[in-house]
Amino acid sequence: MSTLEIRDLKVAVEDKEILRGVNLTVRAGETHAIMGPNGSGKSTLAYAVAGHPKYTITGGQVLLDGVDLLELSVDERARAGLFLAMQYPVEVPGVSVSNFLRSAVTSIRGEAPKLREFAKDLKAGMDGLSIDPAFAQRNLNEGFSGGEKKRHEILQLELLKPKIAVLDETDSGLDVDALRVVSEGINRFRASGETGVLLITHYTRILRYVKPDFVHVFANGRVVEEGGPELADKLESEGYEQYTKASA
Amino acid sequence: MGLNEKPLSTLHEKASYELGDFEVPTGREEAWRFTPLARLKGLHNGKAAITGQAITTAHTPAGVTAEWVGREDARIGRAYVPADRVSAQAYNAFEKALVVTVPKEATPDGPIRIEVRGGGLDGATYGHIVVAVEPLAEAVVIVEHAGSAVYADNVEFVVGDGASLKVVSLQDWDDDAVHVSHHHAQLAKDATFRSFVVTLGGDLVRLSPSVSYTAPGGDADLSGVYFVDAGQHLEHRLLVDHSQPHCKSNVDYRGALQGQDAHAVWIGDVIIRVEAEGTDTYELNRNLILTDGARADSVPNLEILTGEVAGAGHASASGRLDDEHIFYLQARGIPRDEARRLVVRGFLGQLIEKIQVEEIRERVLSAVEAELAR
Ligand SMILES: Nc1ncnc2c1ncn2[C@@H]1O[C@H](COP(=O)(O)OP(=O)(O)O)[C@@H](O)[C@H]1O
Ligand SMILES: [Mg+2]
Repeated sequence: MSTLEIRDLKVAVEDKEILRGVNLTVRAGETHAIMGPNGSGKSTLAYAVAGHPKYTITGGQVLLDGVDLLELSVDERARAGLFLAMQYPVEVPGVSVSNFLRSAVTSIRGEAPKLREFAKDLKAGMDGLSIDPAFAQRNLNEGFSGGEKKRHEILQLELLKPKIAVLDETDSGLDVDALRVVSEGINRFRASGETGVLLITHYTRILRYVKPDFVHVFANGRVVEEGGPELADKLESEGYEQYTKASA
Repeated sequence: MGLNEKPLSTLHEKASYELGDFEVPTGREEAWRFTPLARLKGLHNGKAAITGQAITTAHTPAGVTAEWVGREDARIGRAYVPADRVSAQAYNAFEKALVVTVPKEATPDGPIRIEVRGGGLDGATYGHIVVAVEPLAEAVVIVEHAGSAVYADNVEFVVGDGASLKVVSLQDWDDDAVHVSHHHAQLAKDATFRSFVVTLGGDLVRLSPSVSYTAPGGDADLSGVYFVDAGQHLEHRLLVDHSQPHCKSNVDYRGALQGQDAHAVWIGDVIIRVEAEGTDTYELNRNLILTDGARADSVPNLEILTGEVAGAGHASASGRLDDEHIFYLQARGIPRDEARRLVVRGFLGQLIEKIQVEEIRERVLSAVEAELAR
């Protein structure tokens, strides 16, 4: 059973301090929602944990089962069991979805999957997310709609089976049908009870499909309030204003 | 035969069979300013002894003829007039020319293979090849260069009315080879020409593919990929001369560069003359610079002398690997080196996919793979 521990994490971008001491623990079997206004540092937290080079860690620790992720390269973190579904997945010209997924699965498992097995898993994954099989031959994210990109992020999640998944606004820009499909994917991933989810969102809508165990309110680069699912309802009716004012 | 001036264009100034019509380049000329002349081993100034060796062999499918002929043969120099000093040097110095003929309406059931194998760096050697595809015939030609040589040559592709010619030219030289080459395609009415150039090896390769049209309806597609390693100078100079109405051309060259003093030069000249109404042309060059110390010079020139074009455009972009691409792949567990390989392979692969001869496509892909593994 895995645990992701974020301890007093401080992060700067281009000398500007963005995260000002974040503490958060996600255990296998738990789903944590992080909610907060735009610009509060949610993506910064996600990227910093994943190891994006633009973000400078100025303090704190991120431990996955006791291993300090901050000491590892981006790909080592992924192989250690961390997954980040990006808010804005990039388009990679010339790299096909299937080729990319096969490379990723091979790297994560440490050995190449049998071709037939992989083809079967890929097809099942795509079916489950209502992705047209023709996408397998397309270039990664190239020309995909916002919703198609998000479905592919969840496809990767399901194929790579990480220990801990950080999902950065996977719900933004989705219509209700797509949201349902994507939520089902996340719920399949959670079903084993052996994985942890850190669900970053701006809206409470997705929480009706993916029920969180804990809700953390994020403002100005830190967690400002924590509670159970009922906190989401409070945010739904009251908005973020009280938090942004309080910490501004 | 003297100087053949085309004064209306600034891009295609001069053509002549006479060596004396071309000054020895100093490096200050527009056409030579990127080329390290000192590494040409005398190809440009007549100082190279003609003692080198490059063995050319042709393998032709049934119905296609290959002959070795002397310079007096009427088929030599019919489509192409040398356009610079080294080209004129080669034209005046080759011993025998290879003439390959695909007869009228023939559709040979396999590619024509021409191999040029260098036999060492001791002195220079010169060549001349003519490939004539007669009206309504269709042919595929694979030209492969390997080994080590100081070699200059001219290759004429003469594509007849309604004929189609696909050429793959592979410059897979050893690392010390010097090769200066002109590939000229002359397209008759409704002729189709597809050229795919792959340049990987050599200390200095300067390849100048050009196209001219003798009647309307010609369609030329010139693609190329190159991979430049430390110390290599790989130069491609394209010229498409639209002098006939309603012809098309498309140029797309891509290169990857890695290592200290890896130098790529790409010049893309397109002229649309007054009489070439309805021309449709596009040219593109992209370079991916993988390390510090590598340099790409990319100069597209489009000279439009008529107001009536169907389409004309050009673009050039040189840049580094996109960190966001690499981050995305790494975030999925793919190690950095492999992520880099995937992206570069993808960048070049999009063009390589266009090679229709599967065997060659696979070979080119694995050659790029080998470069990436270095
Ligand atoms: N790459 C970056 N370059 C410059 N500023 C950034 C960058 N990423 C984030 N920021 C700044 O950090 C703050 C937090 O941004 P972000 O983490 O994207 O917030 P959220 O995801 O909550 O909307 C914002 O003020 C934003 O302008
Ligand atoms: Mg964000």
